[in-house]
Amino acid sequence: MHKEIMIAGYGGQGVLFAGQILAYTAMDIKMQVTWIPSYGPEMRGGTANCTVVISDQEIGSPQVAEPPIAILLNLPSYDKYEPLIKVGGVAVVNASMVDRGAIRTDIRTIFVEASRIAEEIGDTKLMNMVAVGALLAVLPELDIKEVKNALRLHLPSRHHALLPSNYLALERGFDAAVSQGHG
Amino acid sequence: MAKELIKGNVAMAEAAIRAGLEAYFGYPITPQTEVLEHLARRMPELGRAFVQAESEVAAINMVYGAACTGVRVMTSSSSPGVSLMQEGLSYIAGTEVPAVIINVMRGGPGLGNIAPAQSDYYQSVHGGGHGDYHPIVLAPASVQESIDLTVLSFELAEKYRNLAFVLSDGSVGQMMEPAELPPMQPIVKKNYDWAIGGKGTREKRILTSININPHDEEIANLRMLQTWFEIKKNEVRYKEYYLDDAEFLVIGFGTSGRVALSAVRKCREKGIKVGLLRPITVRPFPDEVIIELAERVQGILVVEMNQGQMLDDVMIAVGKKVPIEFYGRPGGVIPFPEDVESEIERMVSAKLEIVNNPRVAWLDRMLHR
Repeated sequence: MHKEIMIAGYGGQGVLFAGQILAYTAMDIKMQVTWIPSYGPEMRGGTANCTVVISDQEIGSPQVAEPPIAILLNLPSYDKYEPLIKVGGVAVVNASMVDRGAIRTDIRTIFVEASRIAEEIGDTKLMNMVAVGALLAVLPELDIKEVKNALRLHLPSRHHALLPSNYLALERGFDAAVSQGHG
Repeated sequence: MAKELIKGNVAMAEAAIRAGLEAYFGYPITPQTEVLEHLARRMPELGRAFVQAESEVAAINMVYGAACTGVRVMTSSSSPGVSLMQEGLSYIAGTEVPAVIINVMRGGPGLGNIAPAQSDYYQSVHGGGHGDYHPIVLAPASVQESIDLTVLSFELAEKYRNLAFVLSDGSVGQMMEPAELPPMQPIVKKNYDWAIGGKGTREKRILTSININPHDEEIANLRMLQTWFEIKKNEVRYKEYYLDDAEFLVIGFGTSGRVALSAVRKCREKGIKVGLLRPITVRPFPDEVIIELAERVQGILVVEMNQGQMLDDVMIAVGKKVPIEFYGRPGGVIPFPEDVESEIERMVSAKLEIVNNPRVAWLDRMLHR
């Protein structure tokens, strides 16, 4: 098992945390995992991305030239990374912040109204968890139950009041992907 | 202890604490700042010394002072900051007191950038300060190694009264991986027979790097070299991958070593018999195993995030026995596995020649990409 996932958006969209929760989940199910952020002087308000590599053997490169899996949370990220996704790969795109369709026909693109769904749940900050939920529909190696577990185990207890809405965001994203025939 | 998801920089800081770090002096610089940040919070709560100095020059001289008292002491910085420390490092080496230095390398020369690089290999491994001295240099490639090698650096520094560097880079420093921290060690008062700190009724001790009489300095130099040979005999560490039947050898340390691992695996899938040697101690350099491997491979590819620095040590070890190729990405660029993979494939299919300077052909390839 070897999965390489890139998550990109703008600073403040929860890009890094979305990657971390996948990393925590992988760790909890005893997989090897590496999470690496982009870091630079341009980070605040600019683009942010991170790469998560999950494997059952010692992980080599922490970064990938052509990510087979990507979560793209805004238009600049979609424009930048859509061309790089590996042929046959999958992109989860936050349709709420993207005003175009897919250009690539050799990858699978899952458009999810992540921001709108998060707003319906009552907190736009849950957008990242909606997108992660949508990804889980096509990433059976990480069970949504395990991701919920990871949230509960690794979120500091002062944030535990937010767990139910995070769970709901994951489920709504998952269902949105499944209802489009993915997963 | 259970594994936790932890950032490389934080891991080194917490590992130092658990190894009994008693005093830390430093100055913030990206991509190393989390080391300082973590210690700023943890050291005072443990009643230990944390000082954010006014500069790296001040910090390393504070390290020097503390090291003379025999406490476990450390500083951390990134490339330009470590350049500033070179005078102090030479004084510490010349005084033969133990100290640990973490360098989370970034792109250079000059102010460069904050991206990961390996271009301080020469400076660390061959001693960036003046005079003959011989630092121990440990190069982690993962968060777990960042922990293990930080702990080891204290043990080796004290065992040999020597400088020990943890030579990390922005990638290993910024990444998070599951890792296990060691249990908290109690701080032990060591009563070294060389340390100063209130003589009481015992005889006076002097720690200094001054030897006005050149013959005395010569004796000190020979003693330091003797210590170094002892270190070289005992402390070489490296990791081997797919080497049993390898016809081609890749050598890379730290981040470029782990990128090379991905490339080597891809090549193995294609049936290419290639293996990887990843030096963990870049000083003492694992030259004996490289000499041995050179006897049975057809070509060696050295991969680094610089213009070819460790390459020189490989060339000294191997001589003209087997062709050596180089692939480097200087300036803060991390190679992708595909880049290294095509370099391996090029090496395997090319008619290789033994050349004086593999950088010449590499530069030509880089300029005509």
